[in-house]
Amino acid sequence: MAALTVARRELAGYFATPVAYVFIVIFLMMAGALTFTLGGFFQRGQADLGPFFTFVPWLFLFLVPALTMRLWAEERRLGTIELLLTLPLPQWQAVVGKFLAAWAFCAIALLLTFPLVLTVNYLGNPDNGVIAAGYVGCLLVAGAYLAVGAAMSATTKNQVIAFVLAVAVCFLFAAAGSPVVTEFLSQRIPALAEVARGLSLTERFNSLTRGVIALRDVAFFATFIGFFLFVNAVVIDHRKAD
Amino acid sequence: MAALIEIERLTKRFGAFTAVDDVSFSVDRGEVVGFLGPNGAGKSTTMKMLAGFVTPSSGTARICGDDVVDRPVAAKRHLGYLPEGAPTYPEMTVTAFLGFVARIRGYRGSEAADRVAHAMGLTQLEGVRLQPIETLSKGFKRRVGLAQSLLHDPPVLVLDEPTDGLDPNQKHEVRELIRRMAPEKAIVISTHILEEVGAVCTRAIIIAGGKVLADSTPRALAPPGMSLEQVFRDLTMPKPEAA
Repeated sequence: MAALTVARRELAGYFATPVAYVFIVIFLMMAGALTFTLGGFFQRGQADLGPFFTFVPWLFLFLVPALTMRLWAEERRLGTIELLLTLPLPQWQAVVGKFLAAWAFCAIALLLTFPLVLTVNYLGNPDNGVIAAGYVGCLLVAGAYLAVGAAMSATTKNQVIAFVLAVAVCFLFAAAGSPVVTEFLSQRIPALAEVARGLSLTERFNSLTRGVIALRDVAFFATFIGFFLFVNAVVIDHRKAD
Repeated sequence: MAALIEIERLTKRFGAFTAVDDVSFSVDRGEVVGFLGPNGAGKSTTMKMLAGFVTPSSGTARICGDDVVDRPVAAKRHLGYLPEGAPTYPEMTVTAFLGFVARIRGYRGSEAADRVAHAMGLTQLEGVRLQPIETLSKGFKRRVGLAQSLLHDPPVLVLDEPTDGLDPNQKHEVRELIRRMAPEKAIVISTHILEEVGAVCTRAIIIAGGKVLADSTPRALAPPGMSLEQVFRDLTMPKPEAA
């Protein structure tokens, strides 16, 4: 399938530049530091990865757009978008291929946090099922942010604009369920408060970190990712030659 | 048999500006069409529509009978396309880049390797096969783009300024290559170099303001005693108002 060929090229592209190494090192350092300091990994005396899973979505909020900003903006700037889209592959496969590459990259970064799992297993008897569910949640949140970021990247040839737009839109969905937003909305526009809570990525993620992989939540993430990939494909189709 | 390239009333409007205005022509096997015109005449836009990159506002084109709007993937399979400026992925090596194109075109394993080797042979890229494309000179980069378009030995070639940025020797090589391939293919090249048209093309189409102004053999276009350059200027320069 052509999408996998595109994904392979993109993934190799991450590692051909310092982007991959900078991303992984910063991600691992920040995740570790936040877990052990602000998260109080040792002080709370619980054998779980709760603090880690609290911080990962917020790290992804800033780091994932850094991965996606180049996906289409760079192709536009170099003119290679004309090469890619005149090769005999359906456009949606190019969209999916790019997304898969970035998602695989996030999975690699998450896998490299395995020393945390070893540590917590060495120190106590954690529920590894809950930890696995937490990792699934992280991967789904990463996928959601990636889909948003890729769609934003498709709108511009400027990577900085792609980055800022992606952070802004991701933040919107991350914060939608927070008390500040829902209280503000329920006092003024109660109808929207429910919508905001329904669209919140954070709430879905939190139920996953409690170890509950509900079909409803997974379906939500799948729909969310599918929707933004669709937006991505539509934007590319309409503005590819601009 | 129908022509390999059929362009039917192709039109592209950007807002109020009409870049390509009702262009029709067809190209048969064995023809090399030189596509001429001043900058902004609509050459590249026409070629982009032919390659399925720009969607026509109206009209359509067919490549080997496959409509570029209705059956884009099938049409692209018959086509080798060199976009303007020969864009390539700078961080990839020549081999990796051509290997990527070969995989997208459905070749696997040793067949893909053979295709890549053959395309590198045609464009004399063997010496730089493991170098990242960004480290290559302009002439090599252009040839990588050319190699990409020739990889699958397509019946139809659309090359947007294939010799731009090449030195005289490389220009000669590329022209020889086009001449050698010409009998089995339908080829459209755009160029600013008028002598090139006389050297490789069997037919010249002059376009300006999005309209086809002339479509003939290079010899018939330039009557005895006139150079193709004079004819080009007469056709495409805005006429000075008579006093």
